Amino acid sequence: MCTYATVKTELHGSAKGPGGTGSKWFHITDGTVYFDHPVHAMAEHTLNIDFADPSKGPAARVAVELTAQSARDLVEAIQAALASAPDALKV
Amino acid sequence: MSDSLHAETITIAGHGDDQIEAYISTPLHGETRGGVVVIHHMPGYDRSTKEIARRFAELGYDAICPNLYHREAPGAAPDDAAATARANGGVPDERLIGDVAGAAAHLRSLANSNGKVGVIGYCSGGRQSVLAACNLDLDAAVDCYGAFVVGDPPPDRALKMTNIVDQLPNLRCPLLGLFGNEDAYPSPDQVDELDRILTEHHKPHEFHRYDGAGHAFFSVDRPSYRVEAANDGWERIEAFYGSCLGS
Repeated sequence: MCTYATVKTELHGSAKGPGGTGSKWFHITDGTVYFDHPVHAMAEHTLNIDFADPSKGPAARVAVELTAQSARDLVEAIQAALASAPDALKV
Repeated sequence: MSDSLHAETITIAGHGDDQIEAYISTPLHGETRGGVVVIHHMPGYDRSTKEIARRFAELGYDAICPNLYHREAPGAAPDDAAATARANGGVPDERLIGDVAGAAAHLRSLANSNGKVGVIGYCSGGRQSVLAACNLDLDAAVDCYGAFVVGDPPPDRALKMTNIVDQLPNLRCPLLGLFGNEDAYPSPDQVDELDRILTEHHKPHEFHRYDGAGHAFFSVDRPSYRVEAANDGWERIEAFYGSCLGS
C-alpha cells in the first residue's frame, strides 16, 4: 500500500551529505518522517526520514529508510542515549 | 511494424503555461497512432517510469511523461524531488489537470497523431489519471492502484489530498482499473465502491483485481513487483488502448 502518511517537524542540528567533491556538513531545519515505499531498501514499506534544509534546494537532504523494527530500535536507542545524559546538558 | 523508437527530455507548456520538463518516447515508423500520457508514481519522475514511456512507444504509441515535481525541484534527482514535493504537501489537483492537459495537447500536435490520447497513472498517479479523465477530453484512462479516488485519507496528514467521488459523474472516457487484492490503499472494499459508483453513473469501466498482489505490483525494481499480475496487467492495457486509441 501507499500510506501517504507524512509527519513534519522542525529540527535544529546538522547532517552530513553530498556536496562539493565528496560530502560535507550542513545545517538542517526540517525533518520529514513517513512510512511508505522506500526508494532503495529491500522492503515493501519502510519508515523513512529526510533530514533537510529546503532553503538550500532538494539535494540538501540526508535520507534514511528503516524497516519498522529498525525504526523502533532506533527510537529506543535515541531515548536511551538521551536518558543517559545529565539534564543540564540537554537544552 | 518496427519497434525502433526515439526518446528524449523536452520542455512542454503545463498548467498556467509553465514550462515543465517531460520525457517523450515515440515510434520511428510513420504510421498514425494514438498517444499516452504517463503519470508517474509518488516516488517521482524516475528511471522506471521512463521505461514505461518507452514501452508504450514500443507498443506503437507516442508516450509522454510530464515531471510533476519540476516546479519544486528543477534538475534535482528524482528521489530528492519526490521528497521535496511530499514535504510541500504533494501536487495540487488543479496543477495536475493543467499539466496533463499540456502533455495531451503536445501529443495531439505531433505529426503522426491520430488525435486520440489516453492517460495512465500509477500509485498516486492512479487517482490523478481518474482526476484528469473527469476534467479533460481524453479517450481512455487507466488507474493502476490509485488510492483515494474514493474513501477519505486519515486526517492530520501533511499531504493535501481528498477523494474525487464528486467528480466521478463527469468521467469522460472508458476507465481500466488494475488493483491488487492485498492492497490497503485502495482497499478491495474501496475498489468495490468505485465499481458501484461508476456503474450507477453508467460509466464504461473494466476492473481487474489480482490475488497475491498488493500496491505497486508493476514496479519492476521494488519488492512489491508481482510478475503474474504485472504481465496480465500489461496485456489488459494493450487490449484496452488498442480498442480506445486505435485509428
